Amino acid sequence: MSPLFLNALEVILNGLMAGIMYSLVALGFVLIFKASGIFNYAQGVMALFAALTLVGFQTGQVPFAHLINAMFGTEIHHWGSGMNTFLAIILTMIVMIIFAWLLEKIVLKHMVNQAPIILFMTTIGLAYFMEGFGDLMWGADIKTMDVGLPSGGSLWLEDFTKGWAAEGTEYYGMYIDVLDVWAAGIAILLVIALTLFSQYTKTGRALRAVADDHQAALTVGISLRTIWIIVWSLAGFVALVAGIMWGSKSGVQFSLSLIALKALPVLILGGFTSIPGAIIGGLIIGVGEKLFEFSIGGMIGGATENWFAYVLALAFLMFRPQGLFGEKIIERV
Amino acid sequence: MDQDNRIGDTLLEVKNISLSFGGVKALTDISFDIKEGEIRAIIGPNGAGKSSMLNVINGFYHPQEGEVWFRGKKRESMKPYQVARQGVARTFQNIALFKGMSTLDNLMTGCITHMKTNIFLQAIWKGPAEREELEFRERVEHIIDFLGIQAIRKTPVGRLPYGMQKRVELGRALAAQPKLLLLDEPMAGMNLEEKEDMSRFILDVNDEFGTTITLIEHDIGVVMDLSDRIVVLDYGCKLADGTPDVVRNDQAVIDAYLGVSHDD
Repeated sequence: MSPLFLNALEVILNGLMAGIMYSLVALGFVLIFKASGIFNYAQGVMALFAALTLVGFQTGQVPFAHLINAMFGTEIHHWGSGMNTFLAIILTMIVMIIFAWLLEKIVLKHMVNQAPIILFMTTIGLAYFMEGFGDLMWGADIKTMDVGLPSGGSLWLEDFTKGWAAEGTEYYGMYIDVLDVWAAGIAILLVIALTLFSQYTKTGRALRAVADDHQAALTVGISLRTIWIIVWSLAGFVALVAGIMWGSKSGVQFSLSLIALKALPVLILGGFTSIPGAIIGGLIIGVGEKLFEFSIGGMIGGATENWFAYVLALAFLMFRPQGLFGEKIIERV
Repeated sequence: MDQDNRIGDTLLEVKNISLSFGGVKALTDISFDIKEGEIRAIIGPNGAGKSSMLNVINGFYHPQEGEVWFRGKKRESMKPYQVARQGVARTFQNIALFKGMSTLDNLMTGCITHMKTNIFLQAIWKGPAEREELEFRERVEHIIDFLGIQAIRKTPVGRLPYGMQKRVELGRALAAQPKLLLLDEPMAGMNLEEKEDMSRFILDVNDEFGTTITLIEHDIGVVMDLSDRIVVLDYGCKLADGTPDVVRNDQAVIDAYLGVSHDD
């Protein structure tokens, strides 16, 4: 095999892995959009917030340390040597559930029956609030996250593929980050779990029922407010998983919230209402942008990964506005 | 049918209900009762306030004046889902099913008020959660048999023809094992055969499960045949209340409503 072909293969593989990471964020969007018709602009910030909180718990940071120090002239930073990763994840999840509950109580309750654009604006406000709140709570410095997931290049794959190239060519084997493989595995598990949950349990059916028809859901005895809290908690959970993966990959920093923007073309491709769509959309974007950079990027000055996804989404909007798997919009007349 | 044994005490009573939207009076000082085990009809011309009345009973609307008494207790202002949990199920004039879900899932969702396991148990689908799921699945299968909709169990209901959707909606209401079943025009837009089927189901439900039924219907022939007692509304006011015979011969009713129809 020629090294060029093998390189292309490697690019595709890495694109798939990157795509899974986009899918993880897009998944959170789909969950909320399906159940409530809200496009949650704050999903990326939720992932950031979850990652900040997790690292904070892990390393034993005192929340609001800067605020407390400024107000009382104290010098506190840490309350100990931190805690077990598993415990920190559980605690972070509890924080995300409390957050969902407060959000329903304070904000969403007053937004019932508002136009989608109003709800969308609400989530933009929410995004800015959470970014500021996360900053205030845990500080703005870049943190490293280590939840015990392996990372770095896979030596096994490198050794395995080294011999593939033809004799005499310089080829050193394929590179793939083990962390990406883990992320892919976890994302797949997450999707299977969410699908089973929504298909075969009472709460899952209630979630789908609310997504389908509010009035009908009320008459069979489903409390919309309880469902909102569950949906936002689930989105918080997905945000936590995405936050862990992105945080482990590139550090917990505030630019993490921008990954939410990459989820947008993913959703346009996959359709806003489809969980498998979010996955496939992410994969197409991931592979597409990597391949484009690899094949054409060099000729036009590179750095095409920044814009390729959006152009692809734009092209998609012209031909299939409902996305690959979205529900077709048919108006009966 | 033994009328006296079938019908029991008062199940629900509305007292002096008045409801208005801004300046429009939808209901004015309406009072009537629904007895356990009976089939009670609400009739009246379009815009008479029939659906508003159901919406008051069901908790979608909150009347400005008046009280609703359910099972001997005055009911505080409630949300529809709370009313549902008390045992009131309903269907809608313009069908409100979960269109993307299968018939089976729609009916399973109807059982939701009776399912008790918490979300964490459900997530692992073991022990009580699994038992509960199976138990309710059995109940739902029974209803599917009863309504004769085995063939469409797995079909998304959005794809079903109108008459079938009405039947599934009735099934979902039955799955809640309601004490009071509210049917808003269960036969609207149906052909003769479908109407006959639906009438038979309504009678069977009442007979077999002893469910109290309150229905709104425009087909006067059907209403007269089915119901034990009839309330007649017009312009939000109560015109008459009584057995089909009483209502049929009431001059006010004939003037306002029945008198209009010559060709039936």
